[in-house]
Amino acid sequence: MTLSQKPGVPGDGSSPDSSGRPADLDRRQFLRRLAGASILAVAAGGLGAALYDPKGPAGVAGGKVLAGLGDFRAAPPPAGQPRLATVHGADRRAMFALGVKALGGMEAFVSRGDVVLLKVNAAFASPAILGATTHPDLLAAAVEACRAAGAARVVVTDNPINSPESCFEVSGLAGAARSCGATILLPRPALFSPLTLPGGRLLTDWPVLAGAFAGVTKVIALSPVKDHQRAGASMSLKNFYGLLGGRRNIFHQDINGVIAELGQLLRPTLVVLDGVSAMMANGPTGGSLADLKATNTMIFSADPVAADTLGVALLGRTPVDLPYLALAQAAGVGTMDVASLAPVTLSLDKAAG
Amino acid sequence: MRIVVARRVSQGFFLLLFVWFCLVATVGGGFLQLRGWPINWLLSLDPLTALGTMLATHTLYAPLLWGLGVLALTFFIGRFFCGFACPLGTLNQMTGWLARLGRAAKDRAEDNHPGRAQAVKYALLAFFLGCAALGGLQTGLLDPLPLVFRSVNLALLPLADPGVGVVHDAPRHYEGVWWIGLMFLAILALNAVRPRFFCRFICPLGALFGLAARVAPWRIGKATDKTCGDCRLCESHCEGGCRPSGTLVVSECLLCCNCLDRCPSGRIGFAGRASAAGETALPDFSRRGAVTLLAAGAAGAMSAPLWRVEDAAGLGRSPSLIRPPGSLDEERFLARCIRCGQCLRVCPSNIIQPSVTTAGLIGLWTPILNYRLGRSGCQPNCIACGQVCPTAAIRPLTLQEKLGQGDHAAAGPLRLGTAFVDRTRCLPWAMGRPCIVCQEVCPVSPKAIFVREVFEPVRGGRLPLAGVRGSTLALARPLAVSGNAASGDYYVRLLGAPEANPVRLVGGGGAELALAAALPGAASGREVEVLIHLMQPHVDPARCVGCGMCEHECPVSGLRAIRVTSENESRSGPGRMLA
Repeated sequence: MTLSQKPGVPGDGSSPDSSGRPADLDRRQFLRRLAGASILAVAAGGLGAALYDPKGPAGVAGGKVLAGLGDFRAAPPPAGQPRLATVHGADRRAMFALGVKALGGMEAFVSRGDVVLLKVNAAFASPAILGATTHPDLLAAAVEACRAAGAARVVVTDNPINSPESCFEVSGLAGAARSCGATILLPRPALFSPLTLPGGRLLTDWPVLAGAFAGVTKVIALSPVKDHQRAGASMSLKNFYGLLGGRRNIFHQDINGVIAELGQLLRPTLVVLDGVSAMMANGPTGGSLADLKATNTMIFSADPVAADTLGVALLGRTPVDLPYLALAQAAGVGTMDVASLAPVTLSLDKAAG
Repeated sequence: MRIVVARRVSQGFFLLLFVWFCLVATVGGGFLQLRGWPINWLLSLDPLTALGTMLATHTLYAPLLWGLGVLALTFFIGRFFCGFACPLGTLNQMTGWLARLGRAAKDRAEDNHPGRAQAVKYALLAFFLGCAALGGLQTGLLDPLPLVFRSVNLALLPLADPGVGVVHDAPRHYEGVWWIGLMFLAILALNAVRPRFFCRFICPLGALFGLAARVAPWRIGKATDKTCGDCRLCESHCEGGCRPSGTLVVSECLLCCNCLDRCPSGRIGFAGRASAAGETALPDFSRRGAVTLLAAGAAGAMSAPLWRVEDAAGLGRSPSLIRPPGSLDEERFLARCIRCGQCLRVCPSNIIQPSVTTAGLIGLWTPILNYRLGRSGCQPNCIACGQVCPTAAIRPLTLQEKLGQGDHAAAGPLRLGTAFVDRTRCLPWAMGRPCIVCQEVCPVSPKAIFVREVFEPVRGGRLPLAGVRGSTLALARPLAVSGNAASGDYYVRLLGAPEANPVRLVGGGGAELALAAALPGAASGREVEVLIHLMQPHVDPARCVGCGMCEHECPVSGLRAIRVTSENESRSGPGRMLA
């Protein structure tokens, strides 16, 4: 309230009194002004103190927040139990059921109340039939198995190359997730946090899709088997590339190094390598049915190194062609000694017959 | 129901429809996405678009027939579109009303006095029609429907995206959108100067409606001249500035019906006869005004040939002028594009951008592709832009035609341009670093980008051997490479044995190198050289479709090491690059 709004009040500063000089403030108004000025002065001082920055900005913005995306491994099975299963067949749903059963059933991986994150490969806005993305049937089988094992929630995510909405729609993954009651989590800037891998050389202060892991207790990776000029093959470990944000392409200068680090970024509960049809050439985009070959194999393991070691044979290559396998093994991500996992091989036809 | 209530209901309906069409213009099958919503319907209602493209192309593209319907109705009842439907008109009316809350009726009436400046819009119409007649369609710059769609879709909606994600999860970017947003704000702000400033003085569509309205048999007017008390209450809320209290300026009546509603004695009505107080068909043109009008038309007609002299569309055009897939050749494209921004809005990659200078002045705000922005290049399986183009400047392609499959196999895939590797910037070519992201993301099968493998000596990689144990080499001095020596990209070969197969390094650094196999002939005292295995990208121009995936994903930021230019684009026909 200003003084001029009270005309005629004694002491109104706007009108001179009989002596001809402006009247003094009356005591109440003076105190009120004093209080107001003090409050503002203290508030300004307090705000300054709260935001006080004695050093100025650092050269590089961004804090180093995370050291990994988490260890989601389930308890290892008793000795002698198979820890790697290969299933031959063509029906992804039936193969998934058979493979998981061979490793002790979905209950060995997912418990009641778990929140399961399914990391699919949705890199391109390409229809499922071209095999550049995780097959929707495999996703549907995994979601249903998780729910049957009592999962409270199933979330599907990836940070693809093309626009995320298109990738999930065109690949059929969004439809499969919707029909099975899983949620698609599209990457958005707020979901990324900087991560520095302890001992990492490449993944230092790098944005990763950490927001997708909020509340997650189990992680299952579902990857197709694809040719890849630079890495030799794109399978389970290369699939984790989709957890990186930023201009992640610079890591292709040391692709084997970064794939080995991706294995340390995240310890999955289970990886499923879908080689029902393998992309033999033109990977990882494909684009033609001529690039595909029916290899009728699906590989299950908690060890992505072992799964990829087996899977590369589907492309007619050997583990020696993938230097990242040795690097990942040396980094403790898993083992290339597949035999040590007591592998089993099943055939859908025989099981059915 | 009072007629102004009916008008407000109608305006509200069309405004909501407009907002809805803006919101759902996102590729997808969800309820809040494109699915099958007729998002172009409001744009199709625009007879100026229909007339402009008719003059420029000598055809009337099917959806624009709606515009003729609107024009036909205008012939009978006047500018109902301005008063009842136009979303920009509604926004103008709302802001003008807000700016005048509490203003005295007398001042308002003064604001609404018709003025000579209301003739300006006829000059603008003449200019734009003159342009169109010679093939340079520019109506979209000021035509209210393209203008309001462009402004809201490109400038307003993206403001609500970052962090909030109203429409898109990731923020959208449009080059130079600052100008588009500022123009929109200016149009709204001008309503504080005069009610419906844009509609009265600038809108070329309003001018077209004004010309059409002069023959309307049913019109607003006074029933009698004599008994009116001249209170001018009608004029205090007149949106058009058409002088309902006196000699009515027929072309300026927006059919807001406020005069009819405000008249205390009910002397103004909607009837099948002329206003009893007298009428004039158009705003007061002085002789100078008429000359200006003619000059504007002539200037418009001349500007199109001038643009041709500039040759921004022909041989002299920018190599980065790449149009969305299905765009017509440049000349026919410019005869149709109304810059409504629908293709920019719908592109899931956000790579369709409003041209600021690339397409020349004639192509201001027309869509061009910028592969550096957005999420990825032009997605092979996407044809959204052509499907939403209201004038078929971008043809509605089928996926088969875009990919060159089925009936279109003989014609081959649609090409937007060609990628060129800049060997002075490309990492494997210029820096001795492995990369080939471009080859990986190339979506053509077989890939348009292929690699040639080479082994190149690394800097400081000539090393004398101190000893050899199987496949492990002891070095006389340590190896210093800038990368990860065990990455699988480094190889070792005996110096002076260029024909020998290099052996892969699997570990080491420091004074010891672990090889994948024993190196034949290696012995203490000999020298080895460390090589890096590079795959150098090449573009097969016969396969490249110019989708820009490679340019977008190239890790060399700033000026990319692989860039698409318009060479060999399908739409140019005879301008192709390859024999």
